[in-house]
Amino acid sequence: MFIIDYIKDIFKGLKSLLTGMKITGYYFTHHKEIITEQYPDNRATLKMADRFRGEVVMIHDEDNEHACTGCSACELACPNGTIKIINKFDVNAEGKKKKAIDTFIYHLELCTMCNLCIVACPTDTIKMEPNFEHSVYDRSKLTKVLNRPGSKIKAGVE
Amino acid sequence: MFEELGTTAEGDMLINIGPQHPATHGVLHLVMTLNGETIKKTEPHLGYIHRSIEKMCESLTYRQFVYVTSRMDYLSSHINNHGCSLAVEKAMQIEVPERAQVIRVIMDELTRIASHELWWGAMAMDLGAFTPFFYSFRERETITDIMEETCGARLTMNYICPGGVMMDLHPDFQKRVKSFIALFKSKFDEYNELVTGNIIFQNRMKGVGVLSKEDAISYGCTGPTARGSGVSSDIRKLYPYEVYSKVQFDEVLETGGDSFSRYMVRINEMLQSIKIIEQLIDNIPEGEFQAKTKAVLKLPKGEFYQRVETARGELGIYIVSEGGTTPHRIKFRSPGFSNLSALGHMVKGSKIGDLVATMGTLDLVIPDIDR
Repeated sequence: MFIIDYIKDIFKGLKSLLTGMKITGYYFTHHKEIITEQYPDNRATLKMADRFRGEVVMIHDEDNEHACTGCSACELACPNGTIKIINKFDVNAEGKKKKAIDTFIYHLELCTMCNLCIVACPTDTIKMEPNFEHSVYDRSKLTKVLNRPGSKIKAGVE
Repeated sequence: MFEELGTTAEGDMLINIGPQHPATHGVLHLVMTLNGETIKKTEPHLGYIHRSIEKMCESLTYRQFVYVTSRMDYLSSHINNHGCSLAVEKAMQIEVPERAQVIRVIMDELTRIASHELWWGAMAMDLGAFTPFFYSFRERETITDIMEETCGARLTMNYICPGGVMMDLHPDFQKRVKSFIALFKSKFDEYNELVTGNIIFQNRMKGVGVLSKEDAISYGCTGPTARGSGVSSDIRKLYPYEVYSKVQFDEVLETGGDSFSRYMVRINEMLQSIKIIEQLIDNIPEGEFQAKTKAVLKLPKGEFYQRVETARGELGIYIVSEGGTTPHRIKFRSPGFSNLSALGHMVKGSKIGDLVATMGTLDLVIPDIDR
């Protein structure tokens, strides 16, 4: 009886193995259903989702103006100390002092892309960009200054 | 702390499995006492990925600490965020808009499916079947694409925040989820044909790593591990939160208690999650996606506890507040820790090969066990 059960088991095992192999064979012959992406080769056509969080950037318009008032809401919202804002005081024509940003330092190497700074910004001046290719040879290259050189605050933004 | 490795006085072998071992899914370290190939004792040693998340949370505000919990059980990060947000909302008595509640539950269930898909592929790979991993990742990729489109990230989303959700749904969300459901249903039979029906697989799983109902309760097992032993432990059924009380679904229970029962629980749970999503996806109410809250959240003085059902079991969030903007103490009750504690009992007297099969069905995520 043991021999019969043994042979039965072999056939059962072979049958279940063939059922699995049938699926493998199906995909072996149906190349169109393979969904693998050839990443570095498809960079020209690769489209990331609009909301994908890759890095924080500051929105500048064509006159090189931004809306950052230097209120530090993003700095306070950040859980890792990724953002550091250094403020200065502009003196306008009437001799009045006005707070403005000097440098908006962003440490990409510390950032976890949690989106809390974007939510906290009252003037919507920073946003997330879907750029994900951040590899560099030197860590210091990941520390960025987000406000462009020579940029200034938009008129009317308080 | 570590005993000397080698041969003991009784002639038993004392060896390490892990922390760098492909079958332990991360940095799990097991010190095993072996007699030949028979396991006499298993001792998990933790601490290799301890990041002191609980202590870290004490210095973060109630808006900030939510994102850290994505790094605990990274495969069900939505559900971790959900639990933390629920605990904060419970303490502050914030009324979450119904739209946000439905979105949260849909996201939770999508996460659960994605987590079980990864478990299915990784567990089959532990047993030596390499291809199922690619089949499961094919469907999981669709879910991560949906997450990427709506939440902006693929694994650590930080989409659910106190008061609701961070952004509104992407306009394509409903269409893509529906196409995922159709895809999943058409591919689900392949899973059963490839792995579940395979005799070699069944012989390796049946009767292996048996955990009786009494032991499952006394070790504090939750989730599919407990449900495989016949313990009803689904928080979504027992203590419903959000809209779980309004949807129809079954709690999957198996009575065998062996590895195959736990396997079947997880496989069938994917279908139940699909059932929940199907009921909700056409009925997302219009309205606000976030309740109006202050920029800085201040919890009243007291102690608050909230439990949620992650893909691995019950996650408990316990907050002690002194009335400030940061928590005084936070404690997470993670499902993986209790489930791992039963491992030594389950594999006692079995062979090393069975240890890998048992560990695979426990669905261990080490950063969740060792926070």
